[in-house]
Amino acid sequence: MDFLFTSILDGLMLGFVYGLAAMGLTLIWGVMNVINLSHGPIISLGMFGVYLLFTFLGLNPYLALIFVAIFGLLLGIVIYFVAVNRVIDAPHLSTLLATFAVAMIITGLGTAVFTASPRNVDYSLGSVTLGSATIPVTRIVAAVLSILITAGLYLYLQRTRSGRYIRAVANNRSAAELMGVPSVRILALSFGIGTMLAALAGGLISTLFPFTILAGGTYELKSFVIGVLGGLGNPIGALFGGLILGVLEGIIPTFMPATWVPVLEFVLFVLILLVRPQGLFGAKKS
Amino acid sequence: MKRTIFWSLFLVLLLALAACGGGAAEPAAPPADTQTSDTAVEQPADTSPPAAAETIVIGFTASQTGNQNVPSTGQVNGLNLWKDTVNAAGGIELADGSKVMVDFVSYDDESNTDRVQELYTRLATEDEANFLISPYSSGLTAAAAVISEQYGKVMITTGAASDDTYKQGLTLVYQAYTPASRYLTGAVDLLENVDASAKNVAFVYENSKFSTDVVEAARQYAEGKGYNVVLMEGYDPETTDFGPFINKIQDSQPDAIMGGGHFQDGSTFTRQLNEKNIDVGFFALLVAPPEPDFADLGDAAVGVVGPSQWEPQAAFTPESAAATGLDWYGPLGEEFVQAYEAKFDGAEPSYHAAGGYAAGLILEKAIQDAGSTDPAAVQQALDAMNLLTFFGHIQFDTSAEAHGLQTGHSMVYIQWQKNAEGNLVKEVVWPLEGATAETIYPMP
Repeated sequence: MDFLFTSILDGLMLGFVYGLAAMGLTLIWGVMNVINLSHGPIISLGMFGVYLLFTFLGLNPYLALIFVAIFGLLLGIVIYFVAVNRVIDAPHLSTLLATFAVAMIITGLGTAVFTASPRNVDYSLGSVTLGSATIPVTRIVAAVLSILITAGLYLYLQRTRSGRYIRAVANNRSAAELMGVPSVRILALSFGIGTMLAALAGGLISTLFPFTILAGGTYELKSFVIGVLGGLGNPIGALFGGLILGVLEGIIPTFMPATWVPVLEFVLFVLILLVRPQGLFGAKKS
Repeated sequence: MKRTIFWSLFLVLLLALAACGGGAAEPAAPPADTQTSDTAVEQPADTSPPAAAETIVIGFTASQTGNQNVPSTGQVNGLNLWKDTVNAAGGIELADGSKVMVDFVSYDDESNTDRVQELYTRLATEDEANFLISPYSSGLTAAAAVISEQYGKVMITTGAASDDTYKQGLTLVYQAYTPASRYLTGAVDLLENVDASAKNVAFVYENSKFSTDVVEAARQYAEGKGYNVVLMEGYDPETTDFGPFINKIQDSQPDAIMGGGHFQDGSTFTRQLNEKNIDVGFFALLVAPPEPDFADLGDAAVGVVGPSQWEPQAAFTPESAAATGLDWYGPLGEEFVQAYEAKFDGAEPSYHAAGGYAAGLILEKAIQDAGSTDPAAVQQALDAMNLLTFFGHIQFDTSAEAHGLQTGHSMVYIQWQKNAEGNLVKEVVWPLEGATAETIYPMP
């Protein structure tokens, strides 16, 4: 029983971070119907951002996240104008290929600069004991920060003018344009926020696990599963999707070998697509 | 219709072009081949020994290029040091007082199995090598072993731990390394030595051929000694989150954890085990602990045990040989390290380098014992060999099932400990005849 408790707790902590990573992907899909295949490499860049600032400038990893967020936002806006804007109204395959090309460029450059060697943010805040479970404090901080960032995103989308513009463009771009919403700028901003969330998630993951420039791919795949679970285009649904996936990753190994985790995750992915394609928490209505 | 025909023709044209391209590339290969051979033929001329009564030719390939380059270079450095040492002493002295000088012929195998077969055939026939040494790695050695047997050449293998090669009925191939099947069994012996009451072992290991083979052998060995295997679980090579495995370990309450795979997963596993404050007395991992970088883990490294083919501080001496009833042969470990550092600009020898030197040493002793360079006599001497060197105990299986398999040498087991100044140091803790410190048990 203790074993199950520890596993669920571990899974929950990770689930919040997974949710944050997926939120970036699902936000971009929700606003502009683009599946961002550069999501994984941007998660990796977030990891390396924190790693470089921590290792070479001695910056606290959580402080480094602020710079990583700004970098993620700007990078997203640049990617939008360079690769996405011109093909945004083209069939899905075009945006898919455009973001895939961006992914290949980032991965290629990243591999050339950083090599594929594993890195590690050597930062520890000790551990706390909760009953039978010992949890590294970095995991708790990562979970709390993920919740705060999600809350911040929610408030931003609900309470600010640009947030409302984003929701308006997501709902009906033509109508929003008729109402005077500068849609191109709003799309660029949305793409920027999506990549910022990916970079932030990467930064938080770097404080938990070692990583390589290719590590983002794993989290991109998880983000797809979570996005479908929570409902693609529903950022808050993504957080719950993340929690479900995290808990599953915690529980499954208690009953069977851990190598079964991805098998069951993707079986779930297919099942949700077949049975409830709008996701457990409802997708954006198009 | 026209469009379909156009595209079909276009496709055919493309295929034809591709075929021509492939065809054109082929003749380009032989010149490259010739070039390698040319340089290789020149190589022995550079290192031709001073005039002596008899000179034997020892042939081998080295991975001067390709993915085995780094360990292979160490191995060849060790071999070169051995040759220089032997020739500087005037050669290998036989019982009748005559001396045999050593000469090498070697080629670049490009870390490629096909090249190995081609080049070992050349070494055995055109170059008329008297003896062969293996290339680096189990895969390349398996290819070379077949050739050496085919042409009746005695071959000493080094840098090749796999057991399979010696179980194919070969009679002339002799292994210097501890085979993969005994990589971790020493850890079980060590555990038994430090705590006879420990009974439960958890195996958590990387899902790769090497690690799975090693751990499977260790599991059978442990069960044979009466241990309970409370957990047997593999992880993917890319694993970074060991949380689920650590929770399982905690649930199964083992006295010892064994397993691992390679450096990255091993060090992450160790770090996360430490973060979770898992209370376990004994923790032995493959590959990662002997690496100097393992010390970057700080306190998490303290107490971790790891197997290595050889360590510079392994204290095998003539005294420890006498104590275990073995003959001693060759230099002391520290003499080897000093000579190596002097020859290679202060570089510390890796176990690959030590293995290369040891392969030469084994051949040298066999020729000496045989009293001649006759292959049959040397083969007989190798079969009878039972000695201690700076590299460890050397003895070969002489049964028909696994002829040439190393049975004497065992891994040395290092443990990370803190010295008086509080710095992390690697100490050899097993086998006892090579130990430099007592095992810390239970680990802190």
